[in-house]
Parts: sequence; structure tokens; C-alpha cells
Amino acid sequence: MKILIPVKRVVDYNVKVRVKTDGTGIDLANVKMSMNPFDEIAVEEAIRLKETGLATEVLAVSCGVTACQETLRTAMALGADRAILVETDAELQPLAVAKLLKALVDKEQPKLVILGKQAIDDDANQTGQMLAALLGWPQATFASKVVLGSDKVTVTREVDGGLETVEIGLPAVVTTDLRLNEPRYATLPNIMKAKKKPLEIIKPADLGVDIAPRLTTLKFAEPPKRQAGIRVADIAELLAKLKNEAKVI
Amino acid sequence: MSILVIAEHDNAALKAATLNTITAAARIGGDIHVLVAGHGCAAVAQAAAQVAGVAKVLVADAGHYADQMPEDLTALVVPLAAAYSHILAPATSQGKNFLPRVAALLDVAQISDIVAVESADTFVRPIYAGNALATVKSADAIKVISVRTTAFNAAGSGGSAVIETLTAAAVVCQSKVVGREISKSARPELAAAKIIVSGGRGLASGENYHKLMEPLADKLGAALGASRAAVDAGFVPNDYQVGQTGKIVAPQLYIAVGISGAIQHLAGMKESKVIVAINKDPDAPIFQVADYGLVADLFQAVPELTAAL
Repeated sequence: MKILIPVKRVVDYNVKVRVKTDGTGIDLANVKMSMNPFDEIAVEEAIRLKETGLATEVLAVSCGVTACQETLRTAMALGADRAILVETDAELQPLAVAKLLKALVDKEQPKLVILGKQAIDDDANQTGQMLAALLGWPQATFASKVVLGSDKVTVTREVDGGLETVEIGLPAVVTTDLRLNEPRYATLPNIMKAKKKPLEIIKPADLGVDIAPRLTTLKFAEPPKRQAGIRVADIAELLAKLKNEAKVI
Repeated sequence: MSILVIAEHDNAALKAATLNTITAAARIGGDIHVLVAGHGCAAVAQAAAQVAGVAKVLVADAGHYADQMPEDLTALVVPLAAAYSHILAPATSQGKNFLPRVAALLDVAQISDIVAVESADTFVRPIYAGNALATVKSADAIKVISVRTTAFNAAGSGGSAVIETLTAAAVVCQSKVVGREISKSARPELAAAKIIVSGGRGLASGENYHKLMEPLADKLGAALGASRAAVDAGFVPNDYQVGQTGKIVAPQLYIAVGISGAIQHLAGMKESKVIVAINKDPDAPIFQVADYGLVADLFQAVPELTAAL
């Protein structure tokens, strides 16, 4: 079984981003970039499925600028067999990415697509669901456990009230939540090996996909800053403040 | 202009998140219709009809909507969409699950997690864990929008909308629920609670969490929350998690105990009215957003606080 794992290059989760002073964007100059953490979990899950013999090939794909090759090399260092970059400098919104991925799925015919539930830059939480809809496939989002069978997959999902387990037929799309697994680190020998694995580069036009953005961002702004308050000396002072000053208890 | 709000419910009761979403719809302006898709959900439709500002309630009651699976819900909503300028759902795990499917099949963008309505086509949404706010304008004919419920007040009662029955769409049934572990608690729901007491890694164990946090929550009538670290360590279940990818909360009072305050956690609670932090590390980032900070050993401070209430 072939598994497709879309991965996104995003600002590293440890970076506290700043809005450009003129409000035209986020200041990304000299900022560390990494694979979206939820996509790392997706890569790990796919590799484990291959290690247990349930998957035969793991194909990593990414859509975006040339530097996304690094993200794909990381996926291959972790264990993906090969990679495809849909290269473009244009702004890509989730619907456009879902359309690009659909075209790749049509071409590559994987039985399972595993990707992060959201990217930590735009926080949209859309791409996996959109891809499933465009393909007419079932979906299981926010996965914390995946049990793969030959023609179905059973997925435990993190939902607002707790956990829900769903069974869906293959082919299907699964999006990962935080507790699905703990991703491994790439070892140096595997990083070296990944440099030799095949990485194909294509353009959105090769897939015949219209990637024009539908949303225009008019402005970026810093949220109102919360001011640090005061330190209290003890519980008695804290309670007095909550009762008399904040009036919340 | 007409706006379709997809109700969140469990076939028995209308969830509060729907009320916040109706307020967001009212900010956009236009006739507000509410879709209740479920099975044996007549009481939910009645409740939705009584919400102020709702003009019409559409009910699709059929066996294949019992669990509101995303594939079937989408098949129901998409053919209705042509009559609407906006389709809204709360940005809950249910809304996040199905709404992008609707947008994709309509070939429109989704605008996720809006916190403000600027005009009928322009909305504000947080990005980068809430470290930036983007004002986005949609060029699509139908705007598909998920709503951050904490950013809008709940709509009131006093409405008397007409209830119209819809014919169910053909069965898709590509997925089925085979198990549920839903946390049962007499405490308030995290997303709607006025007071939240939230614990982090500093508690060191699940046993300590229960021993210290639960009596405090009981005294305050509070909901219980946790940081990702506490959930990952297995102290409490996943539905306790507050943060960028967990629950977004904005209570009157948020008491953070043994939580250092990673940006991902702050993203989920910094809109709280009053924040209290109890942490032994005076340099913990949580103190930068706390109205009242107490540098203390939580194992002494929390029982003392509980006893003093």
C-alpha cells in the first residue's frame, strides 16, 4: 500500500513571530523554518506503517518555494522513500493546496493520505478535509490512534468531549493530532542517505491546477498586548485582590 | 443576503457554541437560517427556533445524520448553499471537521476561526497561534466561515422562527462511529465556564492533579483545564487541553497552576478577563500575561487557596 504524506514548511514552533511595522505581513527575514510539527507526526505514522509491513511505499510531497526541498529531504531522512515538490513562489491557500494534492493523488494512486490537522502558521485546519472532499473520500481528522487494515482504517479522534473512534473505508484521508505518536529524530547516516533519494520537481501548471488565491489579506496587526499585572505576596493578598479589585469571585 | 448557520447539537440539546455563531451571523447582517441535521432532533429544532434573530430553522431528521458524519453532513449542506451568501459553523471539533469539505465542494475558500466581522466580505482571524491578526477579504460568492466562539457573545432567547422540514440527502455513509469515550463531569464545560482552574507539568503527576486541582475547582464551581504538557504526560485526558490546537477559552477567571506559559498555551487562554498564575519559577512566561502572579510552591499554595475559599 502506498501512503502519501503532504508536508509544509513553516516558521519553527519556537519562534515568536512579529508583524512588520507597516502591517503588510509577518517578518520572516532570518527566521528559522521547520517542518510543520503535525506533519512530522504524519511522517512518523507513515514510516511506522511501513516498518510494520502494512505500507510498501511512503511518498512525501510539498507545495511551495524552492526551499521546501529541505523539508522533503527531512521527510526522506526520517524514512520517506521519495518526494515530489510542486514548486511555486505564489501564495498558496488551503483550497489551492488541496487541489494540487488531489492532482498528485490522481497520478500516484495512494490508498492513504496522512497529513497534519493544521499548519502552525495560518492555523487554518482545512487542507486534509478539503482534499478528502475533492477526492470524494472519507476522512478521519484529529487522529490520536490509527489501526490500518487492508480495506479500512480505524481511527481514534480527539474531539471536544473526549475521544471518538471511527471506521472508514480505504482510500481515505487521515489528519494527525498531537498524541498520535512521538516523531523520531533523523540520524546522520539517514540524512546522508536522504540526499540520494529521488526528489521530483514539478510546477502547478504541470498538474493543470488553478492556484489563484481567493482571500486577500488587507492587513496584519499585532493583537492587543496583555500587560503583566502585579505579584502578590501570599494567598491572602491574592484572595483580597480577586474579591475586591477584580471582583471575579 | 441570507446566512445559513449549521447548528451544533447532540440530538437532544442545542450546544452553546451555536448561540455565539448566530451572534457572528447577526454582525454580518441578513436573514439567519439555522440548519439542524440529526436524528430524533425535534427538541433541538425547537430550541433553535427560540433563539433571538433566527428567521427560519431547517430540520433534516434521518438515521444517517445521527452522528453527523462529515461526508453525509456535507452532502446535505452543499445543495442548500446556492440560496445563501454565507455559511457559518462554530470552530469546534465538529465544525472544523466538516466545514472545509463544504467549502471545497463549493470551490470557495474557507475563512477559519474569525474573531471579528468587519463587513459582509471582510473578517479578522488570528494566525501564528494568535501572535498576529489578519484582516482578510473574500472574493468568493459564498463565504464559508468558522467562528471562534469566545469572540462573540451568545445570542439571547425570544425568537419564534418557523421550522421547515428538509428532505434528507441520499445516504453517503463512508464512515461510522464504532466507539466513544466522552468525559462525563458534573463540572461546567471548559469552553463555556466562567472560572477555569488549569494545571500543568508542575503538578508532576495525575494523582497530584486530582488531589490538588479538583477540590479547588469544586470550591469555585470551575471547569478543569490543562496544558499540553500535562495531557501529554497522561495526567488528564485530551479534552482538558487549552491552547492553540486544543480548546480556546475566555473565562472571567483563569487560574494557571504549575503552567510555564508556552506561546501555544497562551494562544488558548490570553483572552481571559482575569488571569492568575501560581508558579515557583519567577521567570515563567505565564507571569507576563497574569494579572496576579504568585511565586510559590503550588503544593502549599493550592491547598491553602482551596482552604481559604
